[in-house]
Amino acid sequence: MWEYTDKVKDHFVNPRNVGVLTDADGIGEVGSLACGDALKLTFKLDENERIREAKFQTFGCASAIASSSALTEIIKGLTLEEAAKITNEDIARYLGGLPKEKMHCSVMGRDALEKAIAHYRGEAEKKKEGHVVCECFGVTDLEIERAVRENHLHTIEDVTDYVKAGGGCGNCHDSIQEIIDAVWKKGHIQKEFPLRKLTNIQKIKLIEETLEREIKPALKKDGGDIELVDVDGDRVFVKLRGTCATCAASQVTLKGYVETKLQELVLPQLVVEEVQ
Amino acid sequence: MDVIYVDNNATTRVAPEVIEEMLPYFGDLYGNPSSMHTFGGTVGRKVREAREKVAHLIGALPEEIVFTGCGTESDNTAINAAIESNPGKKHIVATRVEHPAVKNLFEHLSKKGYRTTFIPVDHQGRLDIDALEKSLTDDTAIVSIMWANNETGVMFPIEEITQRVRERGIVFHTDAVQTVGKIPVDVKKAGVDMLSLSGHKIHAPKGIAALYVRKGVKFTPFLIGGHQERGRRGGTENVSSIIGMGKACELAVDHLKEQAGRVKTLRDRLESGLLKGTPKALINGDREHRLPNTTSISFEYVEGESILLMMDRLGICASSGSACTSGSLEPSHVLRAMGVPFTAAHGSIRFSLSVYNTEKEIDFIIKELPPIIAKLREISPFWKPEIPS
Repeated sequence: MWEYTDKVKDHFVNPRNVGVLTDADGIGEVGSLACGDALKLTFKLDENERIREAKFQTFGCASAIASSSALTEIIKGLTLEEAAKITNEDIARYLGGLPKEKMHCSVMGRDALEKAIAHYRGEAEKKKEGHVVCECFGVTDLEIERAVRENHLHTIEDVTDYVKAGGGCGNCHDSIQEIIDAVWKKGHIQKEFPLRKLTNIQKIKLIEETLEREIKPALKKDGGDIELVDVDGDRVFVKLRGTCATCAASQVTLKGYVETKLQELVLPQLVVEEVQ
Repeated sequence: MDVIYVDNNATTRVAPEVIEEMLPYFGDLYGNPSSMHTFGGTVGRKVREAREKVAHLIGALPEEIVFTGCGTESDNTAINAAIESNPGKKHIVATRVEHPAVKNLFEHLSKKGYRTTFIPVDHQGRLDIDALEKSLTDDTAIVSIMWANNETGVMFPIEEITQRVRERGIVFHTDAVQTVGKIPVDVKKAGVDMLSLSGHKIHAPKGIAALYVRKGVKFTPFLIGGHQERGRRGGTENVSSIIGMGKACELAVDHLKEQAGRVKTLRDRLESGLLKGTPKALINGDREHRLPNTTSISFEYVEGESILLMMDRLGICASSGSACTSGSLEPSHVLRAMGVPFTAAHGSIRFSLSVYNTEKEIDFIIKELPPIIAKLREISPFWKPEIPS
C-alpha cells in the first residue's frame, strides 16, 4: 500500500480539469499504454499569452492522475516563460510530496508541459536525442543525466524512481551507474560537499548571499565586480563588471572561481554562464 | 465501513474455530512437545493429531508431512532437497508463471551454475506439456510446477504431468499453496513426490505451512538442527500454529463441497455481473480449468492501482497484476507470459473469494465497480467509447 498524502488522494478522487481542449494552443502527449502511464495535456492562452485554461487526460495510477491534475492547477494563470520553469519537484511539492517510487509521475507531468509549450511555439518536436540506455522503457542517456542533475539522484534505484530507467530487465544498470558517476564526477563532489535540497527561492537567496559575502569581495580586490542576472534551474546567469569585464582571464575567473565557489557553497550541480 | 474481502489468494481470515483451538496453547498448555513429561506430552499428542488432519486433507500419511514456516520455505526446501539429493544433476525445470518462491529461487540457482528451463504457457495460461516433455533430460534433477496459478486460478493437469515426469525417474514437486482447500487434492492419485501447502491461505494463521514428502523420496533437510519433524526440519515446533493448521485442514475438508458449489456460483455471478456492466472487460485465463474462487478480469484502458484505490474507498479489498501494484514497473510476469496485451495487463484485477463471502457482498461489487471503471476511462486518453468490443 502506498502512503499518499491527503492532497494526492483528493486530486486522485476529484481530479481537476479533466478533458481535452478543442482548439488548444498547446498539446503535449507523453507516455504509452505499454509503459503503464500516459498523459495528454492541452492548454489555451489568453490575449496576454498567459495560460487561461488547461486540461488533462491520464492513464495511470493514483499518483499519475493526481500529478496531472496538480499540473493543470499550477500552470493556470502563468505566462509560458513562468510555466517553462515548473519542475517535477514543484508538482510533487504542490501535492505535499509523492512516494519516492512514484516520482516518475511528476516527471511525466513536467515532460508533457515541456512538449505542450514546444508545440505552441512551433518548435519541432524534440527528437529523443542521445542514445537509448534503458531498452525496456526507452529512456536515453540525456534524460537520465537530466534527472540525475535536477533531482540530485545518486543511486540506480533513484533513477528508476524518477524516469523508470532500469526498472525492467536490469541490463542497463551498469550504464546508469556510469552516468551517475559522470555527473557527480565519481562521487568527489558529494563527498566534499554535503547534499542539499533547496527550493527555488532558497536556492536563489543562497546564490545571492554567496555572491555578496564571498565572491564580490574577492573580485573587488582586483577592481572587478559581478552581478546576478537570472537563475534558471541549475544555470546561474551573471554579468561581469569593472576590470573583470575586460579581463582576458575572465572566463577563468568565472568557471575556475565563481562556479567552483557556488558549487561548493550552494549546490554542486550549478553551472555559471556569462551574459553580455 | 464494512470490509468486503475478496483477496483470499493473498491471505484469509483465520477461522474463529481455529483461533479457539489455538488459544490454550498460548496460555496454560505451553509444554514442549518433545519433552518426556506428561505436561509436554499432552502438547505432543495434539501436534500429532494436527499432523493427521493435514495428511487427511491431501490423502497423505502423517509421517509424510513436514511442518514449515511458510509456503516459500516449503518450496525452497523441496527444490533444495531434490538438487542436494541428486548432486550430479544440473538441470531444473519450472514454468514461466510460477510464484516468486519458485521462480526467484530458480533464478538464484541459475547463477550458481544450474541450467534452468521455464516452460511457456499459451494465451489461456495452459501449460505446453509437449515442451515440458521435450525439456526433460537425464541431467534433470527436479521439475517444480504449480498446481494452480495464484493470479488467474488456472489449474495445470497435474496427473498428466506427473506421469510424464515420473516415468523418467525425475523428482516432481508442486506448489499447491493455492489449490489445497479449494479443490480435492489427493497426493497419491496426483502422483507427486513433494507438495507445498500453506496455512494462511486456508483460514489458519500466517507463519505455518507444510511440505508433503512422499515416503521413499530422497530428502535433505533445509534447516538442520534437532530431531523435530523426524530430522527433516530442525527447530522447536510452532505448536499453536500447527494445531491451528490442523483445525483449518479439518474445516477445509468440510468446506470442499461449498467451494465447488456456493463459492463457485458467487465467483461466476461476480464475473458475469462485471462483464455485463462494463464494456471492454475480459477474463484472463482458461475458464474451464480454474479454481472455483478466483477470477482475473482486465478492464482495458485503465490502470489497476487506480481501480484498487477507488474500490478501497468502498471497503472492497482485491488485488491487481498492474505494474504500479507489483512493486516493480512491469505488469505481472504471469499475464506477460500469457501474452495478455498491455492494454489489458495494466488494468487487471484479481478477485479471490472464500466461504465467508456473501451474495450481498458480490452484488455490492457488481453495482459499485462499473461506475468506477467508467470514471477512470473518462480520464484516460486511450479510451474511446466507440472502440468495438
